[in-house]
Amino acid sequence: MEAKEINPNIDRTEKVISIRGLKKAFDDFEVLKGVDLDLYKGENLVVLGRSGTGKSVLIKIISGLLQADEGQVNVLGREVGNLTPKELDALRLKIGFSFQNSALYDSMTVRENLEFPLVRHAKEMTEADRDRIIRFVLEAVGLSQAINQMPSELSGGQRKRIGIARTLILKPEIMLYDEPTAGLDPITSIEINKLINEVQRRFNTSSIIITHDLTCARAVGDRVVMLLEGQFQRQGKFEDVFDTKDERVKAFYNYNFID
Amino acid sequence: MDLDDNKPGTAPTRRRFVTTRRLDRMFVELASVYRFIARFFKEVWFPPYEFKEIIKQCYEIGVRSLPLISLTGFIIGIVFTNQSRPSLAGFGATALLPALISVAIVRAMGPLVTALIAAGRVGSNIGAELGSMRVTEQIDAMEVSATNPFKFLVVSRVLASTFMIPALTMYTTFVSLLGGYLNVHQNELTTLTTFFYQVFDAITFLDIIASSVKSVIFGFTIGMVGCYKGYNSSKGTEGVGKAANSSVVTAMFLIFIEELLIMQIINAIRAV
Repeated sequence: MEAKEINPNIDRTEKVISIRGLKKAFDDFEVLKGVDLDLYKGENLVVLGRSGTGKSVLIKIISGLLQADEGQVNVLGREVGNLTPKELDALRLKIGFSFQNSALYDSMTVRENLEFPLVRHAKEMTEADRDRIIRFVLEAVGLSQAINQMPSELSGGQRKRIGIARTLILKPEIMLYDEPTAGLDPITSIEINKLINEVQRRFNTSSIIITHDLTCARAVGDRVVMLLEGQFQRQGKFEDVFDTKDERVKAFYNYNFID
Repeated sequence: MDLDDNKPGTAPTRRRFVTTRRLDRMFVELASVYRFIARFFKEVWFPPYEFKEIIKQCYEIGVRSLPLISLTGFIIGIVFTNQSRPSLAGFGATALLPALISVAIVRAMGPLVTALIAAGRVGSNIGAELGSMRVTEQIDAMEVSATNPFKFLVVSRVLASTFMIPALTMYTTFVSLLGGYLNVHQNELTTLTTFFYQVFDAITFLDIIASSVKSVIFGFTIGMVGCYKGYNSSKGTEGVGKAANSSVVTAMFLIFIEELLIMQIINAIRAV
């Protein structure tokens, strides 16, 4: 797949996420060792790295699912670590989180999955309006026909799409994708990559995409950063990141394509 | 003890270390249970109230348990009556069977049997469901969508269990008494009216209150244990299995302890 053309609408003057000196350890294992990161408005930022390097931990800290040990995490002008539960919930409404395994609610149909956030956070909305929005996001991810299906009846790719649709339903300003193409066949992966770009264009979102799939990184990233040994070692355009003599980066590139 | 025993790596040191670690883990677990229960009591009073979910869980816990509860309660009534008859017949006192059945079922067997069956069916169900939701990140998904998963999943299930177990207990008690009646009627030709007259004659208001209080506590225990184990499960699918299993074992253990304690308290009140 061809490299993505950088989104011309990125506003380099407005940081939607700004992270400084972020550290996180689990028992004695230090996963993030002082990470600095900025995400600009309208940008798709890909975070590359091997499994277990703390990529998912990073976005879980951004969304407040995990707490940082040290450092500042500023999202849309709010310091995540200092928010009250109510303030954190208000911030979360502006963040969409697409989980690695989609995390669809098993006991609910697709419609109920999509309705779930609306019922709680758009209480004034009529049933007709809810139905219209549900159909709109389903159409946006190309799965209008799945509205009454159970998650167990969907394929992996379809589940990912519905997961993304569920995050889009509250019109988030920031999208966090955790391994969006993991476990998918190459063709479905390309479809998901296109969808991520489509979401950026159509919903004007800023996104962090966590992946170790280089095809995905090249297809969706306006900028790529590489997490190695708990710190960002390389960042820039996809080609620039891998234009290096660093053996660890080269190995990541070579093994990815051998896989 | 030799001074060398205190060196790191020697057997007594290791043993002490393991014991301390187990104790640490136990206290950490106790603190975690305390926080979980405290969070329930903190969140249960405040909106949003998840009425739809509570009603759904009441249906799951109550209505779906009816077939199993009916069968078990009915058979227990028959078997208990049948097994008690020879002892009473030895004294020529089979006429006291309805009173005996009544006291045994209303005071102890109704609440206990219902709670044990519910611990097996409902407790494991809640533990496995929440455990599976935890390991597949569905609980995290709720949290990042600014929905309080504790309120939606835990509070609703614990309330439903606390409401439905007393209702199921009343039903089990009635079905067991019916089973007992069939057996008594077959052998002693006692009429339904006479049977139930003797049943209600033998029990007091305190028995009914005690039975109700017990079943409320059992219901709360089953819901809380299932939710705690499931909500805090980890380690993938293995963790889900463990959560389900541990929900049943822990709930049953606690139910027996509670039964023992409540029985002592009620007996003390009865003696006053």
